[in-house]
Amino acid sequence: MADASIAATPAAAPKVKKIRLSRGDRIYYTVIHVILALLLIIVLYPLIFVVSSSFSSPNAVVSGQVFLWPVEPSVEGYRAVFENGDVLTGYGNTIVYTLLGTLINVALTLVAAYPLSRKDLPGRSFFLFLFTFTMIFNGGMIPTYILIKDLHMINTMWAMIVPGALSVYNMMITKTFLQESIPGELFEAAQIDGCSDFRYFFSIVLPLSKAIIAVLVLFYAIGHWNAYFNAFLYLNDRSLFPLQLFLREILIANTIDANAIVDPEVAAAKQGMANLLQYSLIIVSTVPVMCLYPFVQKYFVKGVMIGSIKG
Amino acid sequence: MPGATVPAVRRQSLPRRIRKNWQLYLFLLVPVAYILIFAYVPMAGLQLAFKKFTASGGIWGSPWVGMQQFQKFFSSYQFERVIKNTLTLSLYGLAAGFPFPILLALVLNSLRSDRYRKAAQTITYLPYFISTVVLVGILVQVLNPRVGLAANISRAVSGGDPPNLMSNPSAFSHLYVWSGVWQSMGYNSIIYIAALAGVDPNLHEAAQIDGASRFQRVLHIDLPAILPTAAILLILSAGQLMNVGFEKVFLMQNNMNVSASEVISTYVYKVGLAAAITDFSYATAIGLFNSVINMILMLVVNFASKRLNGNSLF
Repeated sequence: MADASIAATPAAAPKVKKIRLSRGDRIYYTVIHVILALLLIIVLYPLIFVVSSSFSSPNAVVSGQVFLWPVEPSVEGYRAVFENGDVLTGYGNTIVYTLLGTLINVALTLVAAYPLSRKDLPGRSFFLFLFTFTMIFNGGMIPTYILIKDLHMINTMWAMIVPGALSVYNMMITKTFLQESIPGELFEAAQIDGCSDFRYFFSIVLPLSKAIIAVLVLFYAIGHWNAYFNAFLYLNDRSLFPLQLFLREILIANTIDANAIVDPEVAAAKQGMANLLQYSLIIVSTVPVMCLYPFVQKYFVKGVMIGSIKG
Repeated sequence: MPGATVPAVRRQSLPRRIRKNWQLYLFLLVPVAYILIFAYVPMAGLQLAFKKFTASGGIWGSPWVGMQQFQKFFSSYQFERVIKNTLTLSLYGLAAGFPFPILLALVLNSLRSDRYRKAAQTITYLPYFISTVVLVGILVQVLNPRVGLAANISRAVSGGDPPNLMSNPSAFSHLYVWSGVWQSMGYNSIIYIAALAGVDPNLHEAAQIDGASRFQRVLHIDLPAILPTAAILLILSAGQLMNVGFEKVFLMQNNMNVSASEVISTYVYKVGLAAAITDFSYATAIGLFNSVINMILMLVVNFASKRLNGNSLF
């Protein structure tokens, strides 16, 4: 280990603090900061490289001049992304699937979780078993595919929304949340006042569940935005493709259609342009999720924690 | 909870209680119908594993063939390969992915500046939000031997083009596992950070008074505090050993690395949906074989975790 040499550097000299650190602690904090700095560089560098490349010129990208900062800054890559018909189609479809899908997800999850959170529900353990069993065993890819086909959902937008409309795992998290955060006395009081189950759900449970609803929206929406598996299996019609499927074609299969780049000048630098477009596309497709994140960070951590409590 | 033990004054008969709760059943109607159709109907479709699928007969009308599909799989040269690849990826992923979140949590917990800690946390969560397609896309871009970052560095250092790692079978598991560590290290550290936040500050204070260094406090206070969480997570991940997801492996797969990248789920897809002549029955049998193993592993693991600390998944 390089501990000793690091500690010996004068950089570790402490600013005057309330409590002077011992020599051992100074070494410890130096090592901690070095480890953290390494981890952060490893996490951040690929991201910075992609962002910088996306803002460079096609020539700089293809000739390998980009290492850290944009070289010959330009937004040509982004112009190409927004001139690409496939990308726009995919973006539009993904927004529709995400909005509609998340709405159905959250509604179905709450409607299932509420009765199961009620300990006085006759047959509760039977219903719980019905749901949890699907978490440990399932029909698998082929029988599910045959079902979707038999339901005539292949090549419809419903194939993107209906399979996976309810995540049993999220439902169990929600059930736990409802059980633990809404006191049973509240229900008893409401019942004595003659409040029906419907009314109790809509006027008391829902307003008290804002935190878990935020968690559900976050998890489901990110899931929809990033999903490609169902689209890949069930869709052939390109006009229905979500963004991730076009991304797969452009980023991984590398089958960028030269005709999709409309500008003739741009077509001349096709190779560099194709690469630049890929970097820009990564940013354009990921930014919506990343922008959402700071606003929901609080709920995100909370969601992970609720999930780790036993159901 | 004192209120929870209030006994029902007189227990009503079951039909009466069901009638009284009809609204709750109405709530359950759609979710139960949904789960029956989309989870249990496919389970009924698993009978295909014991049949020879014909287009005219469908799931219910095709003739039974017993264990023939399973025997075909067990004696196929692919059997050993897909099992080996599946286990390699999951065991390697577990070994590499397990320590980093703990290290990160301990490091973050040691920081004395709240703002630095918050910033560092946010940065390490970021990759988790990148889609699998984009993650693999970044890998392809960065490792591209002609115009990628790896090529730039290799040319700057040694002057030559680097090897194409994406099409190298022996590089596949490393790329798969370490890109996974990169993506989920921050996310997986959340639970440890929470466990560390629950440590009683008095312990640290007392240890400090007794002259313990910061590192000694990590060893003797912080580490034991997250050990139970770590043990449970380790046990639970053993339940997923034969469950390597389709998405990332399939995206990273190409004709050159297929000998290292063919896992059970991608093989099922190829046999059942992508082959020139698809074989629903054979693919279903392979899938069923995998599902049964997964179920057994999860039940064992769940039992173990229940015995250990009363914590269970279901």
